[in-house]
Parts: sequence; structure tokens; C-alpha cells
Amino acid sequence: MTDSSLVRARALRKDYGTGEGLVRAVDGIDLDVAPGERVAVMGPSGCGKSTLLHLLGGLDRSSGGELWFHGRRIGQLGERALAEMRRKEVGFVFQAFHLMEELTAQENVELPALLTGVPPRAARRRARDLLDRVGVGDRIGHLPSALSGGQRQRVAIARALVNEPVLVLADEPTGNLDSAATLDVLRIFEELHAAGQTLVIVTHDERIGATADRLIFMHDGAFTDETLLSGDSRSLGALIGLEEQASE
Amino acid sequence: MQQEAVLAMLAKEPAHAYQLRARLDDALGPLGEGLNAGHVYVTLSRLEKAGLVAIEEPSATPAGSDRKLYSLTPAGQERVSQWLSELSWPKPDLAEFHLKLIAAAAAGLADPISIVSAQRRELLRRLRDAQQAAMGEPAGSDASLLLEGIVLRLQADLRWLEACQRNWSSRRSDHRRSNR
Repeated sequence: MTDSSLVRARALRKDYGTGEGLVRAVDGIDLDVAPGERVAVMGPSGCGKSTLLHLLGGLDRSSGGELWFHGRRIGQLGERALAEMRRKEVGFVFQAFHLMEELTAQENVELPALLTGVPPRAARRRARDLLDRVGVGDRIGHLPSALSGGQRQRVAIARALVNEPVLVLADEPTGNLDSAATLDVLRIFEELHAAGQTLVIVTHDERIGATADRLIFMHDGAFTDETLLSGDSRSLGALIGLEEQASE
Repeated sequence: MQQEAVLAMLAKEPAHAYQLRARLDDALGPLGEGLNAGHVYVTLSRLEKAGLVAIEEPSATPAGSDRKLYSLTPAGQERVSQWLSELSWPKPDLAEFHLKLIAAAAAGLADPISIVSAQRRELLRRLRDAQQAAMGEPAGSDASLLLEGIVLRLQADLRWLEACQRNWSSRRSDHRRSNR
């Protein structure tokens, strides 16, 4: 049963190079992502996880296999339709933030809304609401250079959400952040998840992997293991050996 | 948890058992939930027997352990200073797990790679629980610093399991190749 999937990939492939130099960056991936699901893909650098994310978000085209997004077959979309899908239905969060350095936090968030034809007033209101929601409402007039790494990433998340995408894709979103800022990003993802947002995150950070509903391990372009992490929690005291002591 | 941790909580000033419990709760946050309510009392009575803690009991009140005021004896003070300067550190027993993989592979009793996968799942669940507790803590609380330490340790263990998986996977494919 895959009709209800938001994303469906079958034998998805992406090759680079030819002949002797052929590299299968993504090598026959099957994946279904249900609406509202939070999936993390973990693997070492070079395992193909970023390439996979680019295929899922329509940033790149596959070399083989099939990919459906929101009921449409991506391979059959023309360039213009693909670009429109990316702008309106997918939100991207990158490790290096990719904010426009000459625009303020608010302008960075407004821009994708303006590009899809949202009236300026409505775009401004949405940007302010989102910046508030991710905890940088007091920094809307700052340029990215005046923000910390954690604040920049929160602005980037607000930007990813401005067109109310059905899917948010994040590529190493905490790769450049310290522990406290990582925790902030995880809190925001937790809230998005609670609000029903579908999230696919690729990372080598176990902290993000562990907070997903489903964690997929990837190696050499293929999925090697998959684990569901929802379910029973034990007492936290067991983490520091308190329980063994108490039952002595 | 070490008896000395309870002992050291008395170093600032004499206290009742419930006050010690409250100090531990503050320091451990959600991690203190696993702490049995009787644990502090049991530890205090052990420390008293060892001559490290003295008890003052108000004579006018009826007997009841909550009325007891605990303080450090000179020997107790000595023990606390010694404990603070010790370089002991909790040891994760990685050798046991390592030997489990080797024994499983040698005897053909179980697949080392599935043992690694199952262990990884277990550590990921613990990491998720610790991470969720950390998200629930106010920034800068004592317990959030402890949770950060637990998270970092689990991350290190998970990285080692990844190395185990890689190593045992390549041993398996080497073995297949040499059997061809």
C-alpha cells in the first residue's frame, strides 16, 4: 500500500561519470514516506545521502528508477513544472544555511513567498510569524552576518517553511552548530513534527537520527538497515546507573 | 552512584534527609526519577555505620528519621576531600561486547552483524530518551549539562558500533570471496 505515500521511490538511481569512472551515487533505492512522518537517513560522507535528498526534492534528476511526489511522477515533469514544485511544495534546509548575505532575516524569509506570487503584505506577515515561531522574532532586521550560526539556521528553517511546503528536506542541518544550537534545531523539528509536517533529514549526527520516527542507514548508495524508533521508553535513571544501585 | 556523592552533599552544612533528596533532584533533574526514595536513607545509615556521618536527633520530638539532622564527622570531611581529588572515571565495558562478537563469529552461534544492529537500536533508543529529556530542560540547568554528557557518550558508543559493523561486514565479504 503506497498510494497514501507523499514520496515514493522505486529502484531510484543516480550515476555520475561513465565507463571506468562510473559512480553509482544512489544505487537502487526503494523508499516510501508517509504524510507526517519524520525520516532520517544516516551514513558516512560520500554514501549518497545528499544526492538522494536532491533527487527527492527535485534539485537533480535521476538516472533511473521511478520517483513519485505528491501523486506526480517527477520524471515526467518539465523543467518549469519541476521548478514550480520545488518552490511551492518543498522546503530545503542546508548545513551552510545558504542565506542571502545582503538581505535581512525578514527579507530572506519573505523572498521565496514573493517569488511564488504572495502579495508583499501577506509575505511580510508570514515571515514575521515564522521568525517568531523559531525564536528569532527579535532579530528580523539583522543581516545574516550579525547572527550566530544557530540563529542563521533558524532563519533558514523559517525560509523553508514560508510557502507551507508539504515536505521539508534537511541536509546536515546541525553540521555547523554547537550543542545548544543543535538542541534548538531539534526542538523546532519536534514542533514541526507535532504539527504534522513531513520531514526527511539526512545527517551523520546520531542525535538527529535518534529523534526520528524511522531511521535508515545508507552505505555506498544503498540502504543497509532500517529501524523504527517510536515506542517504549525506559526510566532515564537507567542512563546513569541509578537503578542498579537502588536495587542492590 | 557513589556513597561519596551523598556524603559530599553534606559538606556545605548539616541537613535533613529530605533536604539531601531535594539537592540531588535539582542536580539530576529528570535523571533523578530513577532514584529510589529509600536510597538516600539507606546510604546515610551505611555512612553512619562507617563513622563518616553523625546524627543529631532532637530529644523532644517523637522518633522518626525525617527529624534527624545529618552532619559530617572529621573522618567524613577527610573522605570528601579525598573523593574530590580522585581521578576515577566510569569505565564502559567495551571488551565484553567485543568478545561477544568474536565468540559469536568463531562458534557460528550468531551473526555478529545482527548483534551489532540490535545493540545499535538499543543505544539509539537510549539516545532518543536522553535527547528528549534534554529538549525538555530549561537552558543552563544542572541536569542539562549532565544530559549533554550522556548524549556525547552515547554518540561515541554509536560511532564505535558503526566501526564494528563496517569491520564485520568486510570480514564477511572477504570470507565469501576466499570461499569462491
